[in-house]
Amino acid sequence: MPATARGIASAVRSGDVSAVDVVAAALRRVEAGDAAIGSFLRTYADTALERAGRVDAAVAEGRDPGPLAGVPVGLKDVLTTEGIETTCGSRILEGWQPPYDATVVQRLRDAGAVDVGKTNCDEFAMGSSNENSAYRPVANPHDRSRVPGGSSGGSAAAVAAGFVPVALGSDTGGSIRQPASLCGTVGMKPTYGRVSRYGLVAFASSLDQIGPFALDVADAALVYDVIAGHDPMDATSIPHPVEPVTGGLDRGLDGLTLGVVEELSSGAGFEAEVLDRFRAALAEAERAGARVVDVSLPSTAYALSAYYLIAPAECSSNLARFDGVRYGLRVGADDVEAMNRATRAAGFGPEVKRRVMLGTYALSAGYYDAYYGQAQRVRTLVIDDFAAAYERADVLVSPTSPTVAFALGERTQDPIAMYLSDVCTIPSNLAGHPAISIWCGDGAAGLPVGLHLMAPALAEPLLFQAAAGFEAVLGTKAAAV
Amino acid sequence: MSGYEAVIGLEVHVELATATKMFCSCPNEFGAPPNTNICPVCLGLPGALPVTNAAAVELAIRFGTAVGSTIGRAIFHRKNYFYPDMPKDFQISQYDEPICVAGAVVVPALDEAGPTTVRLVRAHLEEDTGKSVHVGGTGRIHDADHTLVDYNRSGVPLLEIVTEPDIRSAEQARAFVNELRAILALLGVSDVKMEEGSLRVDANISVRPAGSTTFGTKVEVKNMNSVRSVAHALEFERARQIELVTAGGAVEQETRHWDEADARTHGMRSKEEAMDYRYFPEPDLVPIAPDREWVERIRAAAPAQLPAERAAAIAAAAGLPANLAAAVAYTPGLADWVDAEVGAGADVTQAYVWASQEVLAHLNETGKTWVDVAPPPGTFVELGELVGDATLSKKLAREVLADVLVSRRRPRDIVAERGLEQISDDAELAAIVAEVVAANPDTVERYRAGNEKVAGFLVGQVMKSTAGKANPGVVQALVRSALEP
Amino acid sequence: MRITREDVVHVARLARLDLDDDELETFTGQLGDILDHAARVEALDTSGVEPTAHPVPLANVLRPDERGRCLDRDGVLAQAPEAENGYFRVPRIMDAGS
Ligand SMILES: [Mg+2]
Ligand SMILES: [Zn+2]
Repeated sequence: MPATARGIASAVRSGDVSAVDVVAAALRRVEAGDAAIGSFLRTYADTALERAGRVDAAVAEGRDPGPLAGVPVGLKDVLTTEGIETTCGSRILEGWQPPYDATVVQRLRDAGAVDVGKTNCDEFAMGSSNENSAYRPVANPHDRSRVPGGSSGGSAAAVAAGFVPVALGSDTGGSIRQPASLCGTVGMKPTYGRVSRYGLVAFASSLDQIGPFALDVADAALVYDVIAGHDPMDATSIPHPVEPVTGGLDRGLDGLTLGVVEELSSGAGFEAEVLDRFRAALAEAERAGARVVDVSLPSTAYALSAYYLIAPAECSSNLARFDGVRYGLRVGADDVEAMNRATRAAGFGPEVKRRVMLGTYALSAGYYDAYYGQAQRVRTLVIDDFAAAYERADVLVSPTSPTVAFALGERTQDPIAMYLSDVCTIPSNLAGHPAISIWCGDGAAGLPVGLHLMAPALAEPLLFQAAAGFEAVLGTKAAAV
Repeated sequence: MSGYEAVIGLEVHVELATATKMFCSCPNEFGAPPNTNICPVCLGLPGALPVTNAAAVELAIRFGTAVGSTIGRAIFHRKNYFYPDMPKDFQISQYDEPICVAGAVVVPALDEAGPTTVRLVRAHLEEDTGKSVHVGGTGRIHDADHTLVDYNRSGVPLLEIVTEPDIRSAEQARAFVNELRAILALLGVSDVKMEEGSLRVDANISVRPAGSTTFGTKVEVKNMNSVRSVAHALEFERARQIELVTAGGAVEQETRHWDEADARTHGMRSKEEAMDYRYFPEPDLVPIAPDREWVERIRAAAPAQLPAERAAAIAAAAGLPANLAAAVAYTPGLADWVDAEVGAGADVTQAYVWASQEVLAHLNETGKTWVDVAPPPGTFVELGELVGDATLSKKLAREVLADVLVSRRRPRDIVAERGLEQISDDAELAAIVAEVVAANPDTVERYRAGNEKVAGFLVGQVMKSTAGKANPGVVQALVRSALEP
Repeated sequence: MRITREDVVHVARLARLDLDDDELETFTGQLGDILDHAARVEALDTSGVEPTAHPVPLANVLRPDERGRCLDRDGVLAQAPEAENGYFRVPRIMDAGS
């Protein structure tokens, strides 16, 4: 049975393999291996096998089953699925069955993909280690004593463990790319507005974007082409037609100018082995015909600070609705305000509370201009910096994460150290630009290092071309199991 | 107490007459069973996103252009506070960049004082909340046992119109609200039914020594559910504040609720801390940037005159008293319909007399709107022709019109069916006159004795015996000639 | 002007979060540290810089005024913590809102 999404789709489409067999095998792998990893919060075998059966029926009847025919998919548990429990990794939504599907879920199914389960994540996508899941932490499949990264740690681990060839995550400050880096997979964040957010439970609305995880660039590209596109249900969805990326993957690095972002590839927080792998990758790229130049994004020194004002501010508002009135948890009390307070106190974990508090404070009377308003102006400066850098380079590069996967529990008591995990990824979210993390080799302990590529808004074809070009010289990391 | 004057500004929330809600495709309708007009968006479900209703934006622009507002770039903000009838626990509203800025409503003269111009600060778009029903206790909020929430109204589009503090009396406030309702109705912006909550008025009121240019401490008055209660509540509050101040006390800045039952305003439980709404730009929505063409297209499609201007034009064209002309002009749809009849050949004076009398009397009696009863086009033209060729007397014409408003049939069909044609035939009427004269010898004698006024009684008898269908001019002539010896 | 315990109490009330003494203690310290870090943005001279609320410059994204499908009430109320006669049920409201 093929291991890649495109291999599965092609075998299912030609009738060589049945979608039911593919999906059943994926479910067996999860059953056998996930107790030690914790990548899935739940699977739904009956629904998935029934959907796989419909794909097989389409093949048998000569109808087009779609470009992802029979491909098993994991969905981060922040995406709504009609009638299927969706918790966002939080106690406050335990048992909630949404009455509607996210647009991306609908698009995947229309393309023949079969979602088999909901993947674990940091509560409401807030975290960089997946230790903020209210249900259980996720182990890195390459070293189970270490974190998979976060917040989409379950999706990254499910792919890295070989349970499913592809999964969806969401990325607000690096929540796809950082776990992809720590787990040795590909993880991609599209241009803001390129993929519909309808049905993505919001963390920070102006930063959130859904994207794919895969074991290689071609599979990520295949999923991207399916989920990208305009959605009238999302007012921030870009109306321009999507230029497919799958066709341009073999154009290589020859002739591309790569801009090494000084501020995102040096400094005290970067581990030596990460910088070693990064420099080795650049050397390979030069041999493959790329030109490497140094660029500077001076405002990124403030990007992390701006992010930790904007994201909590928006989250404090987005998470207000979890109040015990209409769905999810309620802790009873005599009056409605006491009920709201008790419910939220019991239903939210410490990181969510910390960010809700931070955001509420940053927006409160007297602080708006100094905090939120100023952070939005920093955002403009970051965008201007990127524009200047793209005058000199086609694609910008840096490590994805300053470190390889760290030990479970290592940073849970130090929020700022945890926040620093996302220093390389956050600028793309502030600017709304697409970015991708690919594997660029292992460090000394066999832990994967990620290479981060960034491109201008809507330049996904170029981004995927460059990523595939790197992958051609760097190779891919095999699934752990 | 006459040394003080009130200073009043109003905030009017108007539900817009769209088919669907502000940010989702659920019906915008009153009276559906609870929680049936709801979807993931207006229920604030996790993951759902708002998308702005184009019709709501256009209605706001239509209002703004009619009252002289500046229409500019508008941004939605989130107004954050917790309340169970607000499903996202924030309201999407407009804050520092509203769709309509400034403008004014001219309130026609109540008396010889002349018209009052009430300037508008702004008019902005926002979403309505759901509705709470308080159960147990006396059904009032504080002593209720629990509360039930219906989200059908959640997300209904609202235009919040904020005035400058240009109003000086409760009576002026009442007149302003009436004028605003007429404008909104004429423009088709809202159905303005206060009893269904389509138009809700809050007020800020303070008092100060007459002639002073500084402001006193203002009190916010809420829960005024009719135009009448606006006047009553503000008059009560004005008197309360003046009494306080003249007794050497001070007005406390607070929110007070008008209670219709005991005709007083009541202070609400004071809050431990002032509201802090933490406004910030709604990240799920992008700006509205109306270009000039769009605004002009909306302006061109709206009625050209406001009700007061329309009333003046009608009074001049039809020679109608100002109050009757106003009554027609302030009835949504009526003046447009009448003007179309006049354009098709109806006599302008006759048409407006019918409109201001028969039509408005009918609407008053039945409580219906003109839109509910509007008869087929050409009704007044046809009625005019029937009077013109003496088929109908004016009195019969009014009767036929009353029938038309109920049955919506054509006047000619009603005349034919009910046999209402006027009798003008000399021979037929002469026979009836002879019968009446023969039956009333006493009257004939009094006439001949010189009391000529009694001829009227005989004319009346003839009209009665023909069920009013006799041509009164012809009957009069016949009676006189029958009485002459 | 570092965030105080009183500030944290006030913010917790605004955010409708019951916090125990330990949490108040921890958050007062942690929020202070994060804000110190974040406050670096305050120092930046941004005069003349427009704020960016949306990374993608779109405007006038509007929906036609056409009716769509509503949710099934029973299904929605089945997810509610408490429902009564077709309504969502909540404890009494002490504060009359705004
Ligand atoms: Mg308002
Ligand atoms: Zn709705």
